[in-house]
Amino acid sequence: MEELNFTPFILSFKLAAITTAILFFISLPIAWYLAFSKSKLKPFIEAIIALPIVLPPSVLGFYLLVFLSKNSAIGEFLEKYFNIELIFSFSGLVVASVIYSFPFMVQPLQSGFESLNKSMIEASFISGKGVITTLFKVALPNIKPALMTALIITFAHTIGEFGVVLMVGGSIEGETKVASIAIYEMVESLDYKGAHIYSAILLAFSFITLLVVYILNRKFKVK
Amino acid sequence: MIKINISKPLREFELNIDLEIEPKKITAITGESGSGKTTLLRVIAGLEKSKAEIIIEDKIYQNSKIFLPPQKRDIGFVFQDYALFSNMSVIDNLLFVKRDKEFAKELLEMVGLYSLKDRYPNELSGGQKQRVALVRALIKRPKLLLLDEPLSALDSKTKERLQIQTKEIIKRFNITTLLVSHDLSEVFSMADFIANIDRGRVEYIKAKKSFIKPYIRGKVIEIEDEFATILVGKELIRIKNQGFKVGTYINLDINS
Repeated sequence: MEELNFTPFILSFKLAAITTAILFFISLPIAWYLAFSKSKLKPFIEAIIALPIVLPPSVLGFYLLVFLSKNSAIGEFLEKYFNIELIFSFSGLVVASVIYSFPFMVQPLQSGFESLNKSMIEASFISGKGVITTLFKVALPNIKPALMTALIITFAHTIGEFGVVLMVGGSIEGETKVASIAIYEMVESLDYKGAHIYSAILLAFSFITLLVVYILNRKFKVK
Repeated sequence: MIKINISKPLREFELNIDLEIEPKKITAITGESGSGKTTLLRVIAGLEKSKAEIIIEDKIYQNSKIFLPPQKRDIGFVFQDYALFSNMSVIDNLLFVKRDKEFAKELLEMVGLYSLKDRYPNELSGGQKQRVALVRALIKRPKLLLLDEPLSALDSKTKERLQIQTKEIIKRFNITTLLVSHDLSEVFSMADFIANIDRGRVEYIKAKKSFIKPYIRGKVIEIEDEFATILVGKELIRIKNQGFKVGTYINLDINS
């Protein structure tokens, strides 16, 4: 057997790490707003955020392809002024992953914030602390299980992406060929041995990730 | 001068408060549940929007043009559920509000909790949490202290002890205080003035003295540490022992 090529895994992990980091900072204000807002717009925003859970990845991938391609207004703008090409590139994968994994970051954070004792947040405001200090010093430390769930599940979900990645990124070695795509290609070319090894690694990774989430949640609950 | 003028529509009626409060005194806000007492405190603290004019010691907190956010109002708030920061130890709850280690130590010693300074809120009893909440509200030396049913969750013995202690501490700092309570024994033991609210309106505001005969007679039943149990009519009350003897009759000054 030829040497096992780990590039797709490294690419998968890099994509997941970047996506998780970006999503964390985008999701914080949105989850905070949704948790405390009584606005009539709230259900609409919630529905839009939850869309990637129910949409077939091919639908999402198709729209991203349409809206991010060089022929679209956004794609043209990005290429002209920033020299960024999103289709069939790693940056395109990041944008697609951020959208695809959005609900997996927002929803746990939102329910975490909703479970907080509101007067604790108000006590912080009355103590003279602004929203940012309150968020990082009071709110987040008190929703550790939700925070862990959000970060870990978002990371794992990005690793597990397939359909969107395939449509937006294709399969360019070292650029957009992530682990899940590599497995697909191995199966197509009847390389079952490689597919077995890659699949086993992903299976083990997914199981361990979920195990860690449940152990952490248990630990925080007991505490 | 402390002027509070609020109008805010509530579910069943309009909160329509016009109050002038005596500085450096404890004013109790009484009234049935749902009469708007807690909302009044929340509006004063800036936690709820309303049409209001709020002036505290010549500083405008709110009028038709100005709305200071809670952060900018010089207020201490003791919540009914204490609202301690559960991720911080007792001492850190105080230091988060104001980084003044000396004063934090002084305050915790005052309420007898300095030895528990490294405990977390979930390791404290209800009475201990209440005292932490009180000193946490005091550490930034606010101009106005708001207490929302501060002792309602406690058992009656702890409640009586903390009524006396809370009042002593407020008096020591000489802070204008609004105490929301529907517990009459609490109101009479702690307040200087009593404002009654009914369906969102101030029914009256009076000095406590004007309510009652200044003295009632009671019999000393028991003396225990620094407290004496006095039988007044059919009720037992506990007050500080002032050299009483068991079995004798004494005149109780209701205002004290």
